[in-house]
Amino acid sequence: MSAIENVNIPSGNEEEADRRPLVLVHRLPRFALPFDMRTTFRLLDPIASAADEPHQDFLSRHAPSIRALITVGPTPVNADLLDLLPSLRLVVGSSAGVDHIDLNECRRRGIAVTNAGSAFSEDVADYAVALLLDVFRRISAADRFVRSGSWPRKPEYPLGFKLGGKRVGIVGLGSIGSEVAKRLVAFGCRIAYNSRNKKPSAPYTYHANVCDLAVNSDVIVVCCALTKETHHIINKDVMTALGKGGVIINVGRGALVDEKELVQYLTRGEIGGAGLDVFEKEPDVPKELFTLDNVVLSPHRAVLTPESFEAVREVMTANLNAFFSDKPLLSPVQYE
Amino acid sequence: MESIGVLMLCPMSAYLEQELQSRFNLFKLWTVPQKPQFLKEHASSIRAVVGNAAAGADAELISALPKLEIVSSYSVGVDKIDLDKCREKGIRVTYTPDVLTEDVADLAIGLILAVLRRLCASDRYVRSGAWKKGDFRLTTKFTGKTVGIIGLGRIGMAVAKRAEAFNCPISYYSRRAKPDIQYTYYPSVVELASNCDILVVACPLNEETWHIINRGVIDALGPKGVLINIGRGPHVDEPELVSALVEGRLGGAGLDVYEKEPEIPEELFGLENVVLLPHVGSGTVETRTAMADLVIGNLEAHFLNKPLLTPLV
Repeated sequence: MSAIENVNIPSGNEEEADRRPLVLVHRLPRFALPFDMRTTFRLLDPIASAADEPHQDFLSRHAPSIRALITVGPTPVNADLLDLLPSLRLVVGSSAGVDHIDLNECRRRGIAVTNAGSAFSEDVADYAVALLLDVFRRISAADRFVRSGSWPRKPEYPLGFKLGGKRVGIVGLGSIGSEVAKRLVAFGCRIAYNSRNKKPSAPYTYHANVCDLAVNSDVIVVCCALTKETHHIINKDVMTALGKGGVIINVGRGALVDEKELVQYLTRGEIGGAGLDVFEKEPDVPKELFTLDNVVLSPHRAVLTPESFEAVREVMTANLNAFFSDKPLLSPVQYE
Repeated sequence: MESIGVLMLCPMSAYLEQELQSRFNLFKLWTVPQKPQFLKEHASSIRAVVGNAAAGADAELISALPKLEIVSSYSVGVDKIDLDKCREKGIRVTYTPDVLTEDVADLAIGLILAVLRRLCASDRYVRSGAWKKGDFRLTTKFTGKTVGIIGLGRIGMAVAKRAEAFNCPISYYSRRAKPDIQYTYYPSVVELASNCDILVVACPLNEETWHIINRGVIDALGPKGVLINIGRGPHVDEPELVSALVEGRLGGAGLDVYEKEPEIPEELFGLENVVLLPHVGSGTVETRTAMADLVIGNLEAHFLNKPLLTPLV
């Protein structure tokens, strides 16, 4: 992806004046906007700008004209940043999760926040099912076994477990959780869920607390948002309640699970297995997990498909267009 | 029934062995030092054969067992059994349909997801420590892709039902169109392959379906297409498949079966767009137990002159 152009309006006649609204691209160096939005917006990117200016000065200089920003991936939006941007009225996230955005500070300053809405829901749900099938049927472990040339020497490969009839407990029945449920019903799974509030239209059994859900489940799929309340929502009590044959699938955020405890439970055989796309300190993954065949590890890529990128580009563009024309936002994050 | 001789052809299940041993006079063919000698001594007491996907009662074995009454297969595929010869001699044949349908269909979807979303490759990526150095690249979405199924029997229908939950349009090929089915029918495998993103082999293996996946079908599926084989190895022209994958003419493959199990072409080991499984379609604790119970149940029914549970012949 080429460097994003700076603000200069091309010289020429009046009719060619740049009418594109200005948007700040806020990103950590290792994350880049994976698609081009320049046909619709003038993008200001401090990292890509030609000037060798300190970040703070660059922002202060442009601050009066910055009403909207895009934050790329998990790039944090905190009070320090907001202090530099007094004209800011909109933060557009590029992910479903918004745990990296200080929602309280935004609300206090009258700044609206949007997220990816349901742009990623299908891909994340597909991925949750993929991880679950992999753990139950030992797909990655068996593929490793075959590639090591072991099959001729060891004709009987260890058996997996049947998915049909198993009880799946979904933590967080939002857009992603609902798509996960819909898919697993077709495999003959029995679905139950825990959520902040019971959803009257959901045809699944509701449990008011996660431990109850775990006691009544063979599998826990974690799909909820990370907030102060849900930090370590999967703790050792939940793991004990889930039990020896239980499997945990996490496609939410690493910090939803007490990772240290999970590693202990897995290495001691007190839990049946896990499929993990997220970790507490990415990209660090506890090495103890590397030797386990009942664990499937993935580098936080549940959303990484061209289709979901196209979908999130559409959502972000729609939110920005709505903002700049004073229309209702598409996927505003509701403040608690 | 302890005097009834039952010949088990290869190791397949410790549980099944135990159960057979406790009820019959069990002979394990793989432990026999000299096969011709063994047959001379024991052939006249052997009234049943238990085989599986890997080994069945072929013409030679049937001829060597004059007292053979029943062949009970620990599998749903019966391509290794000489069915014509069994019919000719009035030998009953049983198999294990239905109990393994869901597991095989689950595995087909598991393979599709693992191939499209590069699950095994990214698990390797994390375990090697490579994640610290950079992120994994984009992979292909499954939801909404067109799934083409060869053979819309029990397993094919179960695959279709699961794929529908991912909003996948379903199309199929079978010898004849099925009138009460809503999915799109194609009268040839090449046409099916040209019109789908993911092609799943779910039909029985017989003379007509041998190498049903040939060069023409592979070309029609193309560089973005994915082949999933949960049928039998000989459904696919394996050398053609391997060269198509190595040369990038086929987008990817998820394989549970091969022409010469347990041998697998080594060229496949280095490919990221391929998932290789050691014939585990029915490989779950629950299903293998159910299959073994069916084998035992069929044998007991036969020797007690009761109706067979799951007869094929």
